Amino acid sequence: MKTNGSSPYRTITALVRDKPGVLNRVSSMFRRRGFNIASLAVGHSEEPNQSRMTFVVEGDERTVEQVNKHLHKLIDVMKVTEVTSENVVARELALIKIRATGDTRTEIIQIVEVFNGKIAGVAPDHLVIEVTGDPDKIESLLGLLKRFGVMEVMRTGTIVMERWIGHLHDSKAAAKNNRKNWGEAASV
Amino acid sequence: MSLKLDGSQLLCESLIREGVVDIFGLPGGAILPLYQTLPQYPNLNHILTRHEQGAAHAADGYARVTGKAGVCWATSGPGATNLVTGLATAQMDSVPIVAVVGQVARASIGSDAFQETDTTGITLPITKHNTLVMEARDIPQVVKEAFHIANTGRKGPVLIDVPKDVQTEIIELPFDSFEEYYSQIEVDLPGYKPTLEGNGSQIKKAVKLIDESNRPVILAGHGIIFSGAYTELRELAEKAQIPVITTLLGISGFPDDHILCVGMPGMHGMAYASLAIEEADLLIALGMRFDDRITGKPSAFSTQSKKIHVDIDPSEIGKNIEVDVPIVGDVKRVLAKLNPQVSDNTHADWLHRIDELKSDHPSHIIRPTDELLPQFIMKEISDVTDSDAIVVTGVGQHQMWAAQHFTYKHPCTFVTSGGSGAMGYEVPGAMGAQVAAPDKTVWSIAGDGGFQMTMSELATIVENNLPVKFAIINNNVLGMVHQWQEFFYDKSYVATGYTANPDFVKLADAFGIKGLRVTDKVQVRGAIEDAMEHDGPVIIDFVVEEEERVYPMIKAGGTIEDLVEEPTKNPQEVG
Repeated sequence: MKTNGSSPYRTITALVRDKPGVLNRVSSMFRRRGFNIASLAVGHSEEPNQSRMTFVVEGDERTVEQVNKHLHKLIDVMKVTEVTSENVVARELALIKIRATGDTRTEIIQIVEVFNGKIAGVAPDHLVIEVTGDPDKIESLLGLLKRFGVMEVMRTGTIVMERWIGHLHDSKAAAKNNRKNWGEAASV
Repeated sequence: MSLKLDGSQLLCESLIREGVVDIFGLPGGAILPLYQTLPQYPNLNHILTRHEQGAAHAADGYARVTGKAGVCWATSGPGATNLVTGLATAQMDSVPIVAVVGQVARASIGSDAFQETDTTGITLPITKHNTLVMEARDIPQVVKEAFHIANTGRKGPVLIDVPKDVQTEIIELPFDSFEEYYSQIEVDLPGYKPTLEGNGSQIKKAVKLIDESNRPVILAGHGIIFSGAYTELRELAEKAQIPVITTLLGISGFPDDHILCVGMPGMHGMAYASLAIEEADLLIALGMRFDDRITGKPSAFSTQSKKIHVDIDPSEIGKNIEVDVPIVGDVKRVLAKLNPQVSDNTHADWLHRIDELKSDHPSHIIRPTDELLPQFIMKEISDVTDSDAIVVTGVGQHQMWAAQHFTYKHPCTFVTSGGSGAMGYEVPGAMGAQVAAPDKTVWSIAGDGGFQMTMSELATIVENNLPVKFAIINNNVLGMVHQWQEFFYDKSYVATGYTANPDFVKLADAFGIKGLRVTDKVQVRGAIEDAMEHDGPVIIDFVVEEEERVYPMIKAGGTIEDLVEEPTKNPQEVG
């Protein structure tokens, strides 16, 4: 789930009205138009009664442009932004339940430490690992842990935020450079 | 002073402030409180349909004639689901409707109560927007926003779902009059701001392309009609001498008898219109969406041309066809800015070429024969009414003949289910059109198939003294499907023939409608004139041959190479 230009995955964020059925409207639109969502995360935003959704969408530029336009078309969607810059923080939380015996426990804990993960739960035959990072990091950790026996994986989906660009930059210009903005509320 | 009103009164009061006069509907348990309030509002004219599909299509026909949202009411459950075909039809063709639907009481929602369905869930993808109102207090706001959404931007249907106990919930408003209260409500839709004005620099680019083009054509769609851009369209066409092609829903947006009119293109369009698109070096698409019935195979569509696309819906731009200059905006406003910048032109060579295409490919000519041809019937009705009638059609062969062989001179005189292709539209659609325009002659051009889908509304038509004239093009088959079976399925006619159609003249009589039967070409003119003179609804049963086919034809997904202009002995040439 990369967000760079060469990847088939693109990241889009949408600011939506926090009303019953909004998630249904959005997911129904994706289904009806045949767009593929790789991940979707929803939560409250900084504004009351507004939520922010982050979609990682599979498709070429034309598809993503259509996704943007159709998101805009929904009355309850207020703003849509495609995150095209490298200069973003992309994070995901994963909980991983992994088989762990006396022999393997230490090795697993060492690996998790390298990834700045935490042991969130301990049981006689397994560990629950909590790890945060960009999706690539989580994929790498999962790859390393595979041989111990992954029992369950729970992932939140990616959320993204632009980094501070710096004092010298005009923040509006910076925003323009870093995002494809389809404009606010251009729905019909 | 304060006002005390219940949810039903709030709804009726709000509808009145929105200018609503006519409502098509059918009551039931969950919407009874609203209906029982109607006697308090004699200015609301409720028309009791025989089926909710009729109510939705009638509201649709009403909206296509007036340009303003039609209104329909239905109860919960089956009442709401019966609206679905009508809402989907309106959504596909961008027709404004406000549907008010009863719902089970709030406490029962989700319990599978009697006549409960998830109406907002079901109608979500076939409405522009929908809302379940959970407090009576919210009703005026929701109604105001529903009309705003339905009537602005790319128009479309909006549904309001109202639980039964919300209809009876009483609220107090700190205002002297409802008028005062309603006028201070502001639409609060931060996510809805349609772009109306076209971008100036994009318009400049379009002007440059138009000025530089040698073989431009205008493709005029439904947007011309809904934005009321007739004058602007005509101005552009005449100023730069650009031929105008009208899509199925664009018909009547530009006068058919205008020297620059080239008619409808595409699957059953005029051959010369499709060929003009093929030879053009510039397409100016105005308020249309490059439907597959027009483009055929998108990658082979008008490959030599640059394309300007003006549409109010940004998601239509680049959806089916890549364009060179997109302009998002209301087509009337965009043309008002664009026209003065466009240079005068004659395009003499190109117009000469169009004339050549017309004479070499005369798709509009009806073949001379003594047979009773449906095409001839269309021409005769067009002539007798002097193009002053509103024509409403069903879907299929007769629809295509009505598109091809009438001469439409005035806006909003051709009413048809385009994108959705809903058979059965012809009866309730005509009913809605007649209610909207009581002083106009409304002709319903019906197929015997579609007519039987919704003919129960004949009773509504009689009850409301609506003098609709029906021309049933009766070939005893589902004609267009039959045609496809001939061309694409080796004449294997499965489930398309009717062996026991009713006697439509007797049927007319049963409804108290004047019925006429025409079996011979010589009777056509007289029957049409009789119908026009009769002061009430008339059904003419035109008994025609089942083998008559619609030409020209370009098969689905085909290219201009697949164009078949006239009857051929070998159906494979079409397939």
